[in-house]
Amino acid sequence: MTNREAFRIGIRAGIPIALGYFAVSFSLGIAAKAVGLTPFQGFLASLLNSASAGEYAMFSLIGAGASLVELFLVTLVANGRYLLMSCALGQRFSEDTPLIHRFGVGFYITDEIFSLSISLDAPLNPFVNYGAIAVAVPAWSIGTALGIIAGNILPARLVSALSVALYGMFIASFVPPAKKDRVLLFAIPVCFMLSYLAFRLPYVGELSEGTRSVILTVIIASVLAMAFPLKDGETKEGSE
Amino acid sequence: MNAYVYIVGMCLITAVIRILPLLVLRRPIRNRFLRSFFHYVPYVTLSVMTFPAIVNATASPLAGAVALVAGIVLAWIGANMITVSAACCVVVFVLEFFV
Repeated sequence: MTNREAFRIGIRAGIPIALGYFAVSFSLGIAAKAVGLTPFQGFLASLLNSASAGEYAMFSLIGAGASLVELFLVTLVANGRYLLMSCALGQRFSEDTPLIHRFGVGFYITDEIFSLSISLDAPLNPFVNYGAIAVAVPAWSIGTALGIIAGNILPARLVSALSVALYGMFIASFVPPAKKDRVLLFAIPVCFMLSYLAFRLPYVGELSEGTRSVILTVIIASVLAMAFPLKDGETKEGSE
Repeated sequence: MNAYVYIVGMCLITAVIRILPLLVLRRPIRNRFLRSFFHYVPYVTLSVMTFPAIVNATASPLAGAVALVAGIVLAWIGANMITVSAACCVVVFVLEFFV
């Protein structure tokens, strides 16, 4: 696969991401407007951060006039899951990939672009990411600015429908590997159940969604790694 | 504080979170536990983020639940990412006419 082909694959895969992002960022823009951000500030916040929960949190901090220490802590909580994703993604890079691509790919690790990366065969080609970023990030940033400008112009029913586009991508990333791997086939329903329980549980249920995902991921993946370790030399990637 | 301080501040902290592991973990991990752990992380984290969030994201929880099932079935029979994603949207859009 040439880099040009990879870039094109990324663009195609980026289109559903862009559609989902547009709907979500539009409502994000409404939240940004509520704390007095200009369309340009909303655009910039999305261009530089590309993190829905993180940005929502940021806007409420701006509204409250919070301190830098609070900003630091809230960012760790809202965006901490990217640390795990980055660790996992690092294992998919070919060792001879130029260092600059680790910056390029890393800066735009989002839930959806990560999901795209793991749905493809390793090693990861950074140009697939760049293609997806090229369509998804502008949609995210412009959507935020438009949300600030235009408020509630998209019908609520359309926003509701588009909001599942992103979950559709997640599903398409974890189902095919589960078909080929018995451990995953059994683990995924368990993940669903535990995630639902955690959502319902007192205290744990009150944590942010991002924090809950990190805690659950560390616990479940640790148990799986102990109970079903990979064999020596086995790399078994999802789409094998 | 100026809004730009928050915007750039969060960007810098998040960039470190996102990029640092990629720079530190440059070689394949040898340790068997960690190797297995990072093999499972993507699938665990994506499934944990999907449910129950998909059911809470839609105006009608039922529409979200049907979209989840439809997405799993389509992905299982080999539909690609765009198809699965679009089908989930269509399911919600149509079902929310009725519920």
